[in-house]
Amino acid sequence: MTCLIIHYGYEDASGEYFISVDTDKCNSCGRCVEVCPRGVLEMRTVTADLEDLLVAAVTEEHRKKIKYSCAPCNPEKKPPCVFVCEQRAISHTWKPKGR
Amino acid sequence: MKMKKEYWRWPEYRRTVPRKDWAGAEVVTAGVDVGAVSSKAVIMVDGDLYAYSIMRTGSSSPDSANKAMNWALEGTGMKLEDIRYVVGTGYGRVNVPFANRAITEITCHARGANYIWGPTVRTILDMGGQDCKAIRCDERGKVTAFLMNDKCAAGTGRGMEVIADLLSVPIEEVGAMSLKVEKEPEPVSSTCVVFAKSEAVGLLRKGWPKEMVLAAFCSAMANRVAELLKRVSMEKDFVITGGIAKNVGIVKRVEDVIGLKALPMKEGLDPMIAGGIGAGLFAMDLYERERKVA
Repeated sequence: MTCLIIHYGYEDASGEYFISVDTDKCNSCGRCVEVCPRGVLEMRTVTADLEDLLVAAVTEEHRKKIKYSCAPCNPEKKPPCVFVCEQRAISHTWKPKGR
Repeated sequence: MKMKKEYWRWPEYRRTVPRKDWAGAEVVTAGVDVGAVSSKAVIMVDGDLYAYSIMRTGSSSPDSANKAMNWALEGTGMKLEDIRYVVGTGYGRVNVPFANRAITEITCHARGANYIWGPTVRTILDMGGQDCKAIRCDERGKVTAFLMNDKCAAGTGRGMEVIADLLSVPIEEVGAMSLKVEKEPEPVSSTCVVFAKSEAVGLLRKGWPKEMVLAAFCSAMANRVAELLKRVSMEKDFVITGGIAKNVGIVKRVEDVIGLKALPMKEGLDPMIAGGIGAGLFAMDLYERERKVA
């Protein structure tokens, strides 16, 4: 059994900023979407092994700027999306440089 | 009037696998991969590659899908009706008029790479026309992790086209020419197409020969995509799909940065059609499943 992890985000000169969703753990409850104050997350259908799964995903609008979108929640601690996820399907990698 | 030479223009072509016949076939399926820059139609006969076409994506995705499909069919004696199931993939996947279903290109690329290079493939770098993806998969070609490129068209086929045009070097020669440098120059500081273009102009003005400028650009692009691979963690075997897999200047430099060789391209299996092959294989699975249910 292998799981599918989808990474959203980027690394640039200022550091690394990623949100990773483990689509095997995600149970489609959608609580992370509700709790995100910036609308960074949405539920999206992904295809794995011919089955369609409805899982948490980062919106196209925010995918390329999560450094700014997610900053107010302080992802280095436990941001709301991670906090509400009982499945522990969401994780952040947050490594700003030069501090 | 003399037309300006289009150095960016890569060859569009179609191919039928020699000595292969579809007449006695059980099932014919197809995968159509409509990318941002190129459209690929792949016809699979009983799960094996039969014919494909690669052409430039036009302003309309449905038109591009139709054209690519018709071209793949050309000379095979096959008609669209003979194809039992079609899966659309790529950026324009929902706009393939004759597709039974759409599947994301990530899933299809992994499946296609598994077909082309075999079950030992674990890490795939897909360098497409307008984005770049790092994909990890298992021995069945099932995706286990992936990452889309960051931010922009930096390090993509489109960026390469712009540079080829700027330096008046045919795009297929860019890679080999960039390797003709005695000493590797500093990479250009930005892979952003817009900035890289002005930086390249600056270097030319300083008197840099073309191959040095290309080397600097290819090296920046390679560094950029290597960062993506770091995120999904590298494991061999490693392969590169997409048009840039044909650019030896990029491939060599990516290999140097990550310290791992990519498996060489397979004769007759263009790395640009990995997504289309995967889609065609999924089409076969889906067709079989529907037949069982019915």
